[in-house]
Amino acid sequence: MDSIYKSLTAIVGDGHVSNRPEELYIYSFDLGTAEPHRPDYIVSPETTEQVQEIVRLANRENIPIVPLGGGLSLAGLAVPLKGGILLDLKRMDQIIEVNEKARYAVIECGVSQGQLTSYLERHHPHLTHSEPGAPPAATIAGNVMIHGQGDLAQPYGFTSDMILGLEVVLPAGELLHFGSCAVGTGWFTLHPLPDVGIFLGWYGTTGIITKLSIKLFPAKKIRGVGTFVVEDENLIPEIIFKITHTQMAEDIIAFSRAIPPFTRELHHINVNIAADSEKELEFREEIIWDDTLGEYIRSGDGGYLGFVRGLQRPQISKTSDYKKGGGFEYVGGIMPVETYPQCYRKGREISEQHSIPYTVTGRVIGAAHSMMFAWTYAFNRADSETIGQARAALHETDDLVMKLGGVIWKPGTYGQKLVLERLEPDTRELMKKIKTLIDPNGIMNPGNWEIP
Amino acid sequence: MALKDFAYGDTIHRCFRCGYCKFPANWMDVNNCPPYARFRMETYSCGGRLWLTRAWLNEQLEWSEHLAEILYSCTTCKNCEMKCPLRFNVDIVNMIVAARSEMVERGRLPKNIKTFLENIELYGNPYGSGRTQRNIWAEDEGIDKYSSHEYLLYVGCAGSYDTRAQKATKALAGILKKTGVSFGILGDEENCDGNEVQKMGETGLFEALARGNIYLFKKFGIQKIIVLSPHAFNAFKNHYPEYGGDFSIFHYTHILYNLIADGMITFTDTFKRKVTYHDPCFLGRWNNEYEIPRKIIKAIPGIEIIEMEKHREGALCCGGGAGNFSIDLLGGGKESPARRRIREAYETGADVLAAACPKCLIMLDNAVKEEGLEDKLIVRDISEIVLDACK
Repeated sequence: MDSIYKSLTAIVGDGHVSNRPEELYIYSFDLGTAEPHRPDYIVSPETTEQVQEIVRLANRENIPIVPLGGGLSLAGLAVPLKGGILLDLKRMDQIIEVNEKARYAVIECGVSQGQLTSYLERHHPHLTHSEPGAPPAATIAGNVMIHGQGDLAQPYGFTSDMILGLEVVLPAGELLHFGSCAVGTGWFTLHPLPDVGIFLGWYGTTGIITKLSIKLFPAKKIRGVGTFVVEDENLIPEIIFKITHTQMAEDIIAFSRAIPPFTRELHHINVNIAADSEKELEFREEIIWDDTLGEYIRSGDGGYLGFVRGLQRPQISKTSDYKKGGGFEYVGGIMPVETYPQCYRKGREISEQHSIPYTVTGRVIGAAHSMMFAWTYAFNRADSETIGQARAALHETDDLVMKLGGVIWKPGTYGQKLVLERLEPDTRELMKKIKTLIDPNGIMNPGNWEIP
Repeated sequence: MALKDFAYGDTIHRCFRCGYCKFPANWMDVNNCPPYARFRMETYSCGGRLWLTRAWLNEQLEWSEHLAEILYSCTTCKNCEMKCPLRFNVDIVNMIVAARSEMVERGRLPKNIKTFLENIELYGNPYGSGRTQRNIWAEDEGIDKYSSHEYLLYVGCAGSYDTRAQKATKALAGILKKTGVSFGILGDEENCDGNEVQKMGETGLFEALARGNIYLFKKFGIQKIIVLSPHAFNAFKNHYPEYGGDFSIFHYTHILYNLIADGMITFTDTFKRKVTYHDPCFLGRWNNEYEIPRKIIKAIPGIEIIEMEKHREGALCCGGGAGNFSIDLLGGGKESPARRRIREAYETGADVLAAACPKCLIMLDNAVKEEGLEDKLIVRDISEIVLDACK
């Protein structure tokens, strides 16, 4: 038995380590178009202490280590590009605390979106969290690690803006806490201590998040989604500006897609509205649909398609089964809302060039401060040609995001290169210094955010 | 066989590995796929198995004992099919069964699986016990050999050979006798129903068992069959018609419910218990029967029924399906599905865990001891509960 395997087994116990071909095969893949790379070991720890010991071992032996949550980024961010230890963190799945009055939850890094949604519905039905449209197996720690957004992004921003405390294991095995938890006063605030936030968005290249505190929000008794539709994409930015001014919505998503055909070239805006009473709901609906969007209805530029009560949480995505192909990937861009028309037109153009029916979606973040725009490309997993087409379209879209003045969201290695090329030299140098200081051996998820 | 010749060669790539299949109905955790719950490695998830199968058929992976164990650890509980939102979901278990068939065809099986199948072929049961042992449970019970009775009581392998399951068999037979139901058994002429064999991919052996049993049932003039096991219920009801076996099949809970409704079974009011019910996969998810067992329990005065968080179509499998009650690929640790299920039952505050399947009964009865909870939670088959309550 090789000594690394033996050491890993000593840390996590039999059955939670593997170097067998079957596990190495499965963990070599991302679900999107990224090329597979085999790890050398899979390890599934159960405690922070075990993570510390594994990281110390990796550092001592100079072995790459790649943290994995739900594995649903679709951007290849947890593909072990240089082999090493693949750290499957999903066994660390305890919901440690829900503080009702201060509205936060302290959770381990393997807690999934579905698990927290279910837990809150069953035990704290008047609280909710910002849930992304990802499958429910996606982890919350993974989502904050990539600066994700959920269905409360419009009023409250990125999910990573909802963090109230972090526990992080550094490459040398040190255990750090950030926020009020660092001074032993609970997990209720990230501020006002000096900012040392150098872990979010780094894909585990600076440290492994093992625990976090996340903001919860009031869950209204009635939740549902209303849909507005327009033909002219140029109207979308001003409509979004007007809806966000009302401060009456929970989530705003604009989208256009080629399938089904009758919706082609139309632009739908889904607006989630929540209320505690019929009276409140009526009031919010009147403000949004009548007072704010009524002018578009009267002018014949837009139409109200109605309000459907109840939100599907967790959300069910069937995108991967488009054309029975088993695969899709999307480029996410954090874009100014005003770029919606170009995002739509250019994204559609790229899709059509690659013979892929277009799907473009934009979720509003904050009071129209930005929009997470997603260009989705389906492929057939059994057909390497379609995978190649999707990959080419994704790279073109990465380029497009930067050209249109946006920033690529959760970029894979191709997108990271584009970002780093444009990054100010001093900022890039600081990133390099931080990485070198924290991870001198370069063991942490190598191949990501690598600065020459 | 190459992937292109695989029965699901044009479907298997459609699994995205999104992970819906790991969840129960209420999304409370990712532990409702029994092998994934036990091992918590992606290889043991439903998607992992499908991707590995595809890789093996594509010759990207070689066969290994570990690969076979991963595939055979699936209990065919159908949780994945209930949760997968994609249109191919109805074929997920079929894909695993087809992959196992391919392993059988190639003669590439781990020893314990070979032994399981050989025992059934040689002895008509997976335990390797002689056919004459099949009837031992009935000695001194005064039960007729089937001969133009209204019902055949088909006991099945677990109910015949396993000492724990035999108690449930005796309880059921006792109730049927007491209430005057006309029934007989086949005794040592009874043979394995083959449900597990089919799910393990040994289609040739399954066909032989099905045809043999159908021949036997017809020879005796049997038209109505009461089964102890939901596994046999599934085989007889859903697979045997393909081979000309068109009988009226009743899971024993259906019979007990009718006897209660007809006033043939009456209860004393002294049976004060808190009971939680474990849905067997082959009664629930496979055959959509969730209510009758609960109605029986609720009919007993003094019983308070408490649901586990995972129940009905969201129930966690005991880990015994597709031969795992014997080949035991999921046992050996606190994360085994049966031990998890015991903890879930205990958390309800119930003092009785009710089962309606001899395999579940065996699995859960062992697990309650492994959990050290046998003084706080007793595992009882519904037939045993009914018998106790009507004494």
